[in-house]
Amino acid sequence: MNKKDKIDLSVNFVGIKAPNPFWLASAPPTNTGYQIMKAFDAGWGGAVWKTLGMPTINVSSRYGSTNYRDTRMAGFSNIELISDRPLEDNLREMTEVKKHFPDHAVIASLMVDTREEWEDIIKQVEDAGADGIELNFGCPHGMCERGMGSAVGQEPEVLKTIVEWVMEAANIPVITKLSPNISHIIDPGLAAVQGKTDAISLINTVKSIVGIDLDSYAPYPVVDGKGTNGGYCGPAVKPIALHMLKDLMQHPEIKNTPMSGIGGIETWRDVVEFILLGATSVQVCTAVMHYGFGIVRELEAGLINFMEDKGYTTIYDFAGKALPNVTDWKHLNLKSEVKARINKDKCIGCDLCYISCDDGAHQAIALPTDGSRIPTIIEENCVGCNLCSLVCPVEDCITMEKFDDGKEHETWHELTESDRIPDTWNDDRAGGKGHWVPEPIEALKTKRKDKSGWKK
Amino acid sequence: MAEYKRLATEQDFKENFKQKKPLMNETQAHYESSRCLFCYDAPCMDACPTGIDIPLFIKQIQTGNTVGAAKTIYDSNWMGNACGTICPTGILCEGACVYNNQDVAPLLIGRLQNYATMSVIESGKQLYSPGEENGKKVAIIGAGPAGIACACELRTLGYTVDIYEAKSLPSGLTVHGVAPYKITNEEVMAEMDYLQNQLGYTIKYNNAITSKAQLSELEANYSAIFIGVGLGVTATLNMTGENLNGVHGAVEFIEELRMKHSEIKIAHKVVVIGGGNTAMDAASGSARLGAEEVTLAYRGDKERMGAYGFEYDLAIGAGVKGLFNASPLEILGKENVEGIRFIKTVIVDGKLSTIVGSEFTVECDMVIKATGQAKQGTFLSLIDGLDLDNRTRIVVNVATNQTSNPMYFAGGDAINGGAEVVNGAYDGKLAANGIHEWLTQH
Repeated sequence: MNKKDKIDLSVNFVGIKAPNPFWLASAPPTNTGYQIMKAFDAGWGGAVWKTLGMPTINVSSRYGSTNYRDTRMAGFSNIELISDRPLEDNLREMTEVKKHFPDHAVIASLMVDTREEWEDIIKQVEDAGADGIELNFGCPHGMCERGMGSAVGQEPEVLKTIVEWVMEAANIPVITKLSPNISHIIDPGLAAVQGKTDAISLINTVKSIVGIDLDSYAPYPVVDGKGTNGGYCGPAVKPIALHMLKDLMQHPEIKNTPMSGIGGIETWRDVVEFILLGATSVQVCTAVMHYGFGIVRELEAGLINFMEDKGYTTIYDFAGKALPNVTDWKHLNLKSEVKARINKDKCIGCDLCYISCDDGAHQAIALPTDGSRIPTIIEENCVGCNLCSLVCPVEDCITMEKFDDGKEHETWHELTESDRIPDTWNDDRAGGKGHWVPEPIEALKTKRKDKSGWKK
Repeated sequence: MAEYKRLATEQDFKENFKQKKPLMNETQAHYESSRCLFCYDAPCMDACPTGIDIPLFIKQIQTGNTVGAAKTIYDSNWMGNACGTICPTGILCEGACVYNNQDVAPLLIGRLQNYATMSVIESGKQLYSPGEENGKKVAIIGAGPAGIACACELRTLGYTVDIYEAKSLPSGLTVHGVAPYKITNEEVMAEMDYLQNQLGYTIKYNNAITSKAQLSELEANYSAIFIGVGLGVTATLNMTGENLNGVHGAVEFIEELRMKHSEIKIAHKVVVIGGGNTAMDAASGSARLGAEEVTLAYRGDKERMGAYGFEYDLAIGAGVKGLFNASPLEILGKENVEGIRFIKTVIVDGKLSTIVGSEFTVECDMVIKATGQAKQGTFLSLIDGLDLDNRTRIVVNVATNQTSNPMYFAGGDAINGGAEVVNGAYDGKLAANGIHEWLTQH
């Protein structure tokens, strides 16, 4: 038996079983039974059906994106509403999907208004064969203007009440999907837990304007000369999602609630990061809208490879493993010290590290004087901020090397506790011992050389 | 044997002389421009003789400001489009691109440059206006790259400019002397028209300045004179058989090719003598015209050739055969060329010497001499007090391009002995500012 056979990707997410943790988020890719069957056939383990509720009318057009240089859809925004297809069509197709894929997870995302409506629709999706329910309390456009979606997600008390209604009515597992459009994710998270939700999923989309059309002076996507805020998602929102997931997973009253991670997941690395912060299923939308269902092949192969490398057999072996290492700033070791190192053999001489440090950071990189273009680190000025290594276009050319001996440990928290908070500016790394900044007038002394001589 | 079929139509010409650097489309420009790192004090800029702010114009293309990109280019180089196409970019800007240091393909700077310049040339977008007329007149001798650049710059400074051109088209070698697969005549003329329409200098075609009397008249009517006369016809080899039918100078051959296209008649077996870039163009051109056999004969070894490596590769790619260490002794034939007698050479102590008894003959029915152009010494000697160096190049002050006769300024091949269009464009612009400074002070 080879190693790969030992790896078991299957999940049991509060009773919702699936062959793997790769689920489709409630969104356009789960609009029809056709799409979901195609996705399961391609390798996805579960799907959250595009939100069912009351009749809607959509606009044309609906999507906008943030493109970065040659990268399309680094961020993605939509103003599409919940399903605009007849409820009975969706329910009939749901039954058919479950018939063909009994072992895959089919979860019905729901959004209605009154208690009676919630009870009624829960009964209908249970009858259709759904494995679970996801409550859409996140949609930040359109539906919230009708008192649903993020209008609920932003009012913890209302959210809690609805979760209680649902829990009373539902016989299948319930996942509460949270909106990130709130200052403290703990508030709705706690409300959902207090309402006795089985699980939480997050994040829904971020309220956004992706850009303004410079001819019509309207935000994208432009609908007959006007636009509205959309819901932002895609790779750009992943950092927000990871942070909110961490907040919930570290909260004593919430951390035992299973989490389904959502937000900018496109590669196996993204999947692993969400699992390391405690998610035990992940949901994907934008990447599928960009590349189709086929990207699941990369997710699966990458996740298996990672697990083989690290010796894990299920995702539960490493779920939440990074959580102990995410702490408050005050607990970081003030005595830890790294400094940049430039690998001269790899340096191509773009000098972006020099200019980014000189203009954008700590004046700790010097241009060469030997006629080459390989800069050097001014060690006494390098605060170890990472900027140079981040802008360097060559892999592993600038690395951050550990400088301290690892023996000393002191945190701001410890200083506070022992009443040793400094009252003078004597940080070794800024303005104090050793570190220097150029005199302001030095800024005007280096003019860019002008070989032409004609611009006098 | 021949890689290319003989030309019958203009369409054949277009196929055989397909553009080496075709115009990028919008998608190509988008993806290519996105790769630029925006290096600090970018080496590509440093490598450009005219110092174009290359990272800036690439960023402008990337952000959809193509007009701004063109302005950035023309601000430094009035021959912006021609240079994008015909500059040896692999040696200059693209050769300096830092990506080369990790074996990543360098940015296609020349083609991006053309993408920007052609967009304004095609739209006719006005980027420049003449400066306020200052009442002073400057004469320019020669409408080559240096002369045109000088005229453009002087017009922005408010001078009235008349260019005296011996031929009937502007741009000098750009239209007459560059291999046709590097740039089309239409493209060259489109840029020439674009500049002249905006800046309004006068070009007096078929108006060669050759006599002392003409120079005196210019001196009387203009405040300053710019000499951009380039070099002369192909230099003579002083060799038996040089006047036989079928013996051509490379410069004249390429000019004929540029002007006549498919109407030109190529022989069956061509021998090109020389090892410079013009030899490569002539050899490559002969092959593309459909000659069955083209031999490039150079007296030294391959490493000694003056041509850029990529130019040699292009000629070889077109089916040209290299013959090295072969020094021509005489051209054979009665009325028409029948062959060339060579002697083998060897390098001894760094010097080329012939091997006694190693003579051999190569049959051919056409010989192209690419052995350098004649100097313009006779003409230049008509100008009072004009210092020339020992290679008949005009001596100038490198900060102003002013000659030893203060009324005269100069640039291009006449001062450098034969270089690139981009060097001429730099010289012309520098001289214009030199003229302006001198006339403002006096």
